Amino acid sequence: MAFAPPARHLLRARDLADARYFEPLSVEDLAAAAGLSRAHFSREFRRAFGDSPHAYLLTRRLERAAALLRNTDRSVADICLSVGLQSIGSFTTSFTRAFGRPPTAYRAAHPPASRGALVPGCVVRAYARPQHRTFREDSAPAPA
Amino acid sequence: MIRISNAQLWVHDQEEALAFYTEKVGMEVRSDVTLPEMDGFRWLTVGPPGQEDVTIVLMAIPGPPVMDEETAGQVRELMAKGFAGTVFLTTDDCQASYEELRGRGVEFSETPEERPYGIDSGFRDPSGNSIRLTEVRLPAEV
Repeated sequence: MAFAPPARHLLRARDLADARYFEPLSVEDLAAAAGLSRAHFSREFRRAFGDSPHAYLLTRRLERAAALLRNTDRSVADICLSVGLQSIGSFTTSFTRAFGRPPTAYRAAHPPASRGALVPGCVVRAYARPQHRTFREDSAPAPA
Repeated sequence: MIRISNAQLWVHDQEEALAFYTEKVGMEVRSDVTLPEMDGFRWLTVGPPGQEDVTIVLMAIPGPPVMDEETAGQVRELMAKGFAGTVFLTTDDCQASYEELRGRGVEFSETPEERPYGIDSGFRDPSGNSIRLTEVRLPAEV
């Protein structure tokens, strides 16, 4: 096998965090992807990328959660789980630390997701038509 | 200048399609909004990380009055037969992507094979839509 610089193994772990953040990944899983012991891995990862693996994975999850709060109408609990975090309490705490306000306030500070959804006019025309069509122009029932 | 922004795929079930495109194919949710003023229409889009300006709209097959039952049935049938549409994806490394996706349970209908334009493979989404996954390698220009 061709020689790969040590950072290549670390990149493999970082790619795993970027790609599979929504799974219950842990720093151990990332270390295993790099083929290093946990302590050694954490040290090397921080040296190569500036953040600890835990912080890297967490900020990836928080970045995704923020995007989902802005662009979807899913509940905070649903978003927390869908980015791979299990505890709503610690999600709220880390989110607040990262973005300066809790998830609900962050969402409220942005335009509603429905405004950013950019649903095309052709779809709006098709789906927003009123469905009840019993207008007076319809032929009236024959008088009794 | 004209550019591609969204392309639409009919899907049997938006939740199932969403799980497939995000958890198995590795795309991100770009938009997921249900609009009460449009009779609960759900605008659901996904796209590949790193390619922010292109999305696939995962569109549920509507019922009447948007689409009559007969047409909806025809669309479902076309999808089941695999004739409803195709998305062409590219990758830097077809073999690696193939192994990664297969490891997550994606069933490939075509394993990576050499073609004049590169290495090509194919799979289906749960609705039957055909997805190509290609490592484009054009012959060196003479």
